[in-house]
Amino acid sequence: MRKVLLPSLIILATSLLVIRIFYLQIVDDTLKLESENNAIKKKYEYPERGYIYDRKGKLLVANQASYDIMVIPREVKNTDTLEFCQLLNITKEDFIKKIEKAKIYSPRLPSVFLSQLNKSEFAAFQEKIRKYEGFYFQKRSLRDYEVNFGANIFGFITQVNEKLVAKNPYYNSGDLIGRQGVEESYEDLLRGIKGIKYIQKDKYNREIGSYKDGKYDTIAVQGEDINLTIDAELQKYGEELMINKRGGIVAIEPRTGEILALVTAPSYDPGILVGRQRSKNYTRLYRDSIAKPLYDRGLLAEYPPGSPFKILTGLVGLQEGVVNENSTYSCYGGFSYGRGRFQKCHCKIFGSVKLHNGIFRSCNAYFSNVYLQTIGKYAKPAYAVDVWSNHIKSFGLGQFMGYDLPTGKKGNVPNSKTYKKVYPNGGWRGTTIISNAIGQGEVLMTPIQLANMMATVANEGYYYTPHIIKKIEGHKIDKKFTTKHVTTIDKKYYKPMISGLFDVYNQGTAFGLRVEGIDICGKTGTAENFAKINGIRTKLEDHSIFVAFAPKDNPKIAIAILVENGGYGAAIAGPIASLMIEKYLRQKITRVDLEKRILATSLQSRYAKLGGLSEAIKLQLRISDSLLQKKKIIPSVKVKIDSTKENKKAI
Amino acid sequence: MKNQSITNNIDWISIVIYVALVILGWLNIYSSSISSMQDTYEKQLIFIVLTIPLIFIILAVDGKFYEKYASIIFGISLLTLAGLFLFGKTIAGQRCWYAIGSFTIQPSEFAKAATSLALAKFLSDTQINLKDTNRQIQALAIIFLPVLLILPQPDPGSALIYSIFIIVLYREGLPGWYVLTGFVTILLFILTLLLEPQYVILIGLGVLIIVHLKSRLADRNIVLSSILLVLISAFVLSVDYVFDNLFKQHHRDRFNILLGRAVDLKGIGYNTNQSEIAIGSGGWLGKGFLEGTQTKGGFVPEQHTDYIFTTVGEEWGFAGSLVVIALFTGLFLRIIYLAERQKTKFSRVYGYCVAGILFTHFFVNIAMVVGIFPTIGVPLPFFSYGGSGLWGFTILLFIFIKMDANKVNEW
Repeated sequence: MRKVLLPSLIILATSLLVIRIFYLQIVDDTLKLESENNAIKKKYEYPERGYIYDRKGKLLVANQASYDIMVIPREVKNTDTLEFCQLLNITKEDFIKKIEKAKIYSPRLPSVFLSQLNKSEFAAFQEKIRKYEGFYFQKRSLRDYEVNFGANIFGFITQVNEKLVAKNPYYNSGDLIGRQGVEESYEDLLRGIKGIKYIQKDKYNREIGSYKDGKYDTIAVQGEDINLTIDAELQKYGEELMINKRGGIVAIEPRTGEILALVTAPSYDPGILVGRQRSKNYTRLYRDSIAKPLYDRGLLAEYPPGSPFKILTGLVGLQEGVVNENSTYSCYGGFSYGRGRFQKCHCKIFGSVKLHNGIFRSCNAYFSNVYLQTIGKYAKPAYAVDVWSNHIKSFGLGQFMGYDLPTGKKGNVPNSKTYKKVYPNGGWRGTTIISNAIGQGEVLMTPIQLANMMATVANEGYYYTPHIIKKIEGHKIDKKFTTKHVTTIDKKYYKPMISGLFDVYNQGTAFGLRVEGIDICGKTGTAENFAKINGIRTKLEDHSIFVAFAPKDNPKIAIAILVENGGYGAAIAGPIASLMIEKYLRQKITRVDLEKRILATSLQSRYAKLGGLSEAIKLQLRISDSLLQKKKIIPSVKVKIDSTKENKKAI
Repeated sequence: MKNQSITNNIDWISIVIYVALVILGWLNIYSSSISSMQDTYEKQLIFIVLTIPLIFIILAVDGKFYEKYASIIFGISLLTLAGLFLFGKTIAGQRCWYAIGSFTIQPSEFAKAATSLALAKFLSDTQINLKDTNRQIQALAIIFLPVLLILPQPDPGSALIYSIFIIVLYREGLPGWYVLTGFVTILLFILTLLLEPQYVILIGLGVLIIVHLKSRLADRNIVLSSILLVLISAFVLSVDYVFDNLFKQHHRDRFNILLGRAVDLKGIGYNTNQSEIAIGSGGWLGKGFLEGTQTKGGFVPEQHTDYIFTTVGEEWGFAGSLVVIALFTGLFLRIIYLAERQKTKFSRVYGYCVAGILFTHFFVNIAMVVGIFPTIGVPLPFFSYGGSGLWGFTILLFIFIKMDANKVNEW
């Protein structure tokens, strides 16, 4: 037995090797097809990218033919450079530079020499391409935008970067890929699957026909068409209303969570990111660090929500049983909470205030009281804050919402851990964190979170994760978009809140914005902001915020508007909200004067005063005033100075 | 016994195979380096020519010399390994070379022969009984001393080779459970990487229960079985930990590629993928000498050293691969046959060591090249480019051929 072990091991191991080699050399043909096998050449057939339609089936994005000139540097011989450059309208320096670049990538593999030529640019060259050894062309389809809006929704198409080529075996150098918007989030469906033809070559590198009679060839699979939840008319109208303003609009259908409109301003015509001017235009957009057209404010701009947050303060108060509809407080121009600390209030009630008028007059004092009661309900404020925090989070706040677009921000909902960091020794109470009551403090929300909050209120306690995909032929949309999320607030508490929001239009802060025949529930908001100008901390014009849903019964649309430096809530955001709602529900506008005024409003002079100060820097300053900063314990709430991270990968 | 030629009684079969392998090796190095304009094939030719005087010296030395001085040779070998930490030259992150001018030499290639001599010497003592725990420890110490010096260079490939000595010890009486434990450990390791740890533990439990039920009543030992289960569980869980925490990323990657858990054909999986393509493109008869397109294209990295077998596969096809494998296997079996025929325990153990070491190199190398073993730097004996390797293997083999030729002079 002992003598046999090593010989048997040797025979066993050898047999194993022989079997494996037999498999590699005789059985398995697929290895012979690998891209690096230079005896077999792969030719790709690129499928057309899927079309994009809106919710009503209107075509938004289609394709046009385009041609890439490819080069295999090793095979380039005896080129009449002068004629070649003339045909393609490039300089000789360009020619040399491009060949060098291709050589660096690989002398024996094809690289893109010149990309995205349209039909007329390509026509002249096509006739002579046979003369130029080492060059060939590849037909592709390029995006053809049927509309001049929605750039932030669509995203754009660009050449895949080398990092991804190394990681993902599907992509080859020079392939196109969707970046940002739905082009990125639905890339796998839209792009289809490219077909491959295997061509046998002899050792002199000549093509001698199809490999094994095309046994392994695959046919390109067409990209899938998709329908978005976007209403093209509404989207277009929203972008028009936002001309010469900065900010974002998000409209959601409450019943389904479908995003009806997603506007960011300023934006750009998606058509400018197609063709040979693409990279020049992209660079211009990318470098604009002031207006930041590539920054989707609807998804990314985190702000303290201000007054609209009072809706949640009220709902949590009702749910926790610390107040009911009839609980009464008084407000005389503000609210004092111990040792001379006073919070101003502009509700002009000067008397007793209940939930109903507290909401439609946006009374700071009322909601501060409710919040104090909520935090005071339990012996330990830490526990109470966590209870409150969990209620708020059940609205999808303070976390990524999980929608199907590639960018987003979490916002912020503080909890006891937050304050434990600020006050390691304890000692904080409801009054310490009173700003949360009215949406200042540490709470941060993005416009899409605000819109989703309104959708939840409209639904009286549930929401569907907002999403932009309506339909994909032959596929079901992701289950997570048809899963109901129920809040921790009982349904019955929404009724009085909605009634208060309704009277915002009838008697309250949006009185002047009523639309005859449509019952709108809304809430104004104003976010203070500051900037350091010439070293002095200066208060700037407030951001105008408005949230709404309509109609009151059986709501069809929930909306959130943010206009940077637009003034108080009812000044610009409120009118835009009511116009959007009217447009969506009636498809026409009755208040032509209001529409005209808003279309004509330009805030560019205000923005000019800010100089190169980007919104995010101001935001940082404002947050630096918050509690966390004053205590110097949390170094700085992380706010991106610009959209660098969101857009870097697109370069 | 007078006027004895040094070629008397030598085993010509081994020598013919040796020469054939060296020549085939050189032809393939020539093919893989000719297109890339490297002069490696010229250098290798010099190395090969220099083996001729080397062989004559080995055969001319008195047959008793190696047994007499085994300990001293082993000592010197350990010193040269230890010396690397002070005087070694670092190439590609490994500190395993001495540099003399432009000439580099790798002492670990010679340490294998020295260790074999030391082990043979130790075991040839008639007092030695490997059933005795102390003796086991001493024998294992001889094996692990050079491993401890080689591992931190770091050269895990060379260190791995030493595991074959366990089989040699088993041949000489080491209890079977050492070998069994070794195999089970390797099996558990691979299973743990492939499956979730809890499933592996379940499989272990199942096997133990079956063994328990199948064994005779008197042999059943519930305590031992339980201890085994605990040991298996502990091992499986610690493998998970070691793999995730102690392994370096490139080691993990190599296993992941092998187990099909990661696909990265352009990065870490490049070598294996390329060598599989090259071999796979060979077909039945190959593309012919100097005709390999993958070889010519320079697609396979390190083709003239660790990946030399890809050239065989591509240019000589399945037929050529089979010939090379048959030559190697023939040599191993021939050496074992000769070893069993030895009259002294010393030369038998040494012969076993030679067969084991050559076999381990052969298997690990080709298994790596064909993608059934993780990427680990082990040369193919007599084939791979490199003077130290060639001479190390030549010395290893010819000392045994000398012993074998000498056996008629014993007694």
